[in-house]
Amino acid sequence: MYHSAVYEEPLLRELEEKRAEQDARTAGLPRSLQRTAPPHIPSLDETQVVRHFFHLSQMNYGIESGIYPLGSCTMKYNPKLCEEISRWEHFSLVHPYQDESTLQGTLQLMYDLEAALCDITGMNAFTLQPAAGAQGEFTGLLITRAFHEHHKEFHRDEIILPDTSHGTNPASAAMAGYKVIEIPSTAEGTVDLKVLKQTLSSRTACFMLTNPNTLGIFEAEILDIADLVHQAGALLYYDGANMNAIMGKARPGDMGFDIVHLNLHKTFATPHGGGGPGSGPVGVQSTLQRFLPVPRVIKKNTTYSFDYNYPDSIGKIKLTYGNVSALVKAYIYIRLMGGNGLTEASEVAVLNANYMKKKIIDSGLYTMPYAELRKHEFVISAERLHADKGIRALDIAKRLLDYGLHPPTIYFPLLVKEALMIEPTETEAKKTLDQYIDALLSIATEDPELVKSAPHHTTVRRIDEVSAIKNPLLTWNAIQQQ
Amino acid sequence: MQFIPNSPLKQQMVHELGLKNINDLFSDIPKTLRTPPLSLPKGDSQQHVEEHMRRLAERNTPFHQMPSFLGGGMKPHYIPAAVKAVLSRSEFYTAYTPYQPEASQGFLQAIFEYQSMVAELTGMDVSNASVYDGGTALGEAALMATRLTRKKTFIIPGNISWEKKSILMNYTRGAGILIRETKYDAHTGTMDIDDLTRTIDVDTAGVYLENPNFFGVFEDAVDDVSRLTHQHHSLFVVGADPLSLGIVKSPGDYGADIVIGEGKSLGNPLDCGGSTLGLFACKSDHVRQLPGRIIGMTKDTQGKRAFCMTMQTREQHIRREKATSNICTNEGLNMLAAAVYLSLLGSTGLKELSLLNFTKAQDLAQQIAAIPGFTLRFSGVHFNEFVIHHQDAVRVQRHLLSKGIQGGLPLHPHYPALKDCLLFGVTEMHTKEHVEHLLSLLKEVS
Repeated sequence: MYHSAVYEEPLLRELEEKRAEQDARTAGLPRSLQRTAPPHIPSLDETQVVRHFFHLSQMNYGIESGIYPLGSCTMKYNPKLCEEISRWEHFSLVHPYQDESTLQGTLQLMYDLEAALCDITGMNAFTLQPAAGAQGEFTGLLITRAFHEHHKEFHRDEIILPDTSHGTNPASAAMAGYKVIEIPSTAEGTVDLKVLKQTLSSRTACFMLTNPNTLGIFEAEILDIADLVHQAGALLYYDGANMNAIMGKARPGDMGFDIVHLNLHKTFATPHGGGGPGSGPVGVQSTLQRFLPVPRVIKKNTTYSFDYNYPDSIGKIKLTYGNVSALVKAYIYIRLMGGNGLTEASEVAVLNANYMKKKIIDSGLYTMPYAELRKHEFVISAERLHADKGIRALDIAKRLLDYGLHPPTIYFPLLVKEALMIEPTETEAKKTLDQYIDALLSIATEDPELVKSAPHHTTVRRIDEVSAIKNPLLTWNAIQQQ
Repeated sequence: MQFIPNSPLKQQMVHELGLKNINDLFSDIPKTLRTPPLSLPKGDSQQHVEEHMRRLAERNTPFHQMPSFLGGGMKPHYIPAAVKAVLSRSEFYTAYTPYQPEASQGFLQAIFEYQSMVAELTGMDVSNASVYDGGTALGEAALMATRLTRKKTFIIPGNISWEKKSILMNYTRGAGILIRETKYDAHTGTMDIDDLTRTIDVDTAGVYLENPNFFGVFEDAVDDVSRLTHQHHSLFVVGADPLSLGIVKSPGDYGADIVIGEGKSLGNPLDCGGSTLGLFACKSDHVRQLPGRIIGMTKDTQGKRAFCMTMQTREQHIRREKATSNICTNEGLNMLAAAVYLSLLGSTGLKELSLLNFTKAQDLAQQIAAIPGFTLRFSGVHFNEFVIHHQDAVRVQRHLLSKGIQGGLPLHPHYPALKDCLLFGVTEMHTKEHVEHLLSLLKEVS
């Protein structure tokens, strides 16, 4: 049976034997500026620090620990070559503002990466500046605003999105100052054209859509959707979180999308880093190019440079040029895979998802609302187990941890009861998929009490999140003052 | 195909699904939308790609081949090998956001330690688990200040980076926030308190002050700004350089309500400007309006100490359009680097490093200003960046570059009043030889 590492690892401050005495005074600095009470950061030896963080690392699950099938998160293997090269000093020890003649390598990489992303998505130009998918959305919506204002359409203040959308979509729309209108999906789990038509108006700025959507269903009526949106004078936004389903198969640019964001830390294999750094490039059709953030990377003859001369640009969305280290990794990944490899990745990602879906649904233990064919992810429901045994999606997720497997995304999308959203990606072997399926089926037949009290073999048992909210302990000092 | 273990089993698995061809899985995509093959070249071997990357790499000139004295908020710093070793643990760098706390205790505890250290440095009660960078932190801080005060004006000084101003405009437009910019003192480089006094009013949600500011100068009237801000029931937002906080007063000491900053200098490489680390801390009264993730300590069902993401009702995955921010992915690994880096330094090491940066910059500024033709532009006390004026700054830059040194950052493109001004930066990375080389070249152009 699987057991995760368990250390009673103290906090850094608890590791400290004796607080170092410090002369608070600093010669040369005017007294009015001087710090009188030094920050209390423990004084430890490198041996202690390294062992501390080594222990912590062992109490953490990463993609190399095992399958990580979080739906909509595309947790695929991160090739080692990308990591190694991104750390070379020629990429990691260059300054963003150093003379362009001494940055031609990075500039060329950014220029070529932009071209590759255009090819994959069918868009005309990309900015690589946004730091994450949500920031890409926000950038796309600022471009939307700039576009409508450019055409003197100041009254467009609504963003429409389906009830299957990612939480970041409405949050980004609200942050960009828009009113959010969420429309219900059809019984098939797709966009309801009739409702969309009724909702679109001269006040609509943009319709945001993920395709395939978060149920894993391809919105086959996308061309009609695009027509409706454009007839209303609005723009169509593509949330690229699910791009791993369709590379080399279909392109958002051909579907009529005006703005696209991609997540390099999903589709293009750059690591998630425990929550970042990410990278969320935004692609646009040619009519929107003038609004992209500055600088753009341009090429004259054989020389690359940063160009700030775009008077209609929205300006800056992040310092310098984005998370360049992630760009380096994604560029290497695309070179390794090539057009053929990326297409193969999408084919096998979809194949793996449908393989798992069939085996799980055939068991009769889980149900699957909405249409049959799925793309790279699928959503099953544990409603039957909930009704029969009181086992909830959360319990199943926690019990999977006892098998040494990372759970899927749960309770999303919101319209599916007891939802488990599974995205295996193309980097998992068949044996791993089988093992995961077996675990899900075996959990369904286990003693319900065992499942409901899971996990049993992890670093800690199920966590009391309620008291964490009621009694917030957010720092060392808060613990001491308790 | 590499990284796709089921490639050889494709046909077999397709059959197991009762299908004939892999394309049957894509039959839901209308035919008119099916893409012809991508025009990208075919994939390549790891060896070939590495060779290609070596050629690209040679077209960049890194610090050790061309010492850089660029300021502008990002500078090279020494990164202990132990930081790199911890960051290369794939349990950390390949993990997702810790949505399953029982399988993520390691990262969660590391974030908790980071939050604790940021609170110590800044003099605040709480910190979040990072935002994207120091620029977006300013945008988020302005939004947070207007949510907390229900007022709609935010004041910034003129001595901050133009990039931050642009980001701030983008972050605040949607909320209908009016940004007002106050002057800086042309002599000292510090905030102009008289102009702030004229600008601030009952509608002011927050006042931003950067310390040291973009010109490297420490703000000396922080107590006055704090008093003035609080008299108007506004929030005092301070942007700090974490490396300076080993020796200078913490923003908490002079009344800050929210402290932000770029934390890249804490154990993260330059990486041509990114990835970055947005620091974001505040007083505990304001915690429910904090953007981004926060980690709290709690217990498991057996009463054992445990950590988890907390107060998630502020966040987009729960609250959707009512969230405090749209931020989801943050800068987790950069935050981890900062946590390891600070643990290795400890309070004593941080103070020494702060002091080293401070004294090196004082020495270099004086040495440059002693060369005929070069003057220190601002009289205020500076940290590890400073502004130098020379009547032909372009020629200075060109000469340095031709001799293998990258000089200071030209300020005139974005600060017309600072024509022929260069923003220099110096850190513990610059050796005596680097400095002597720079000085001898500057003497050649004077």
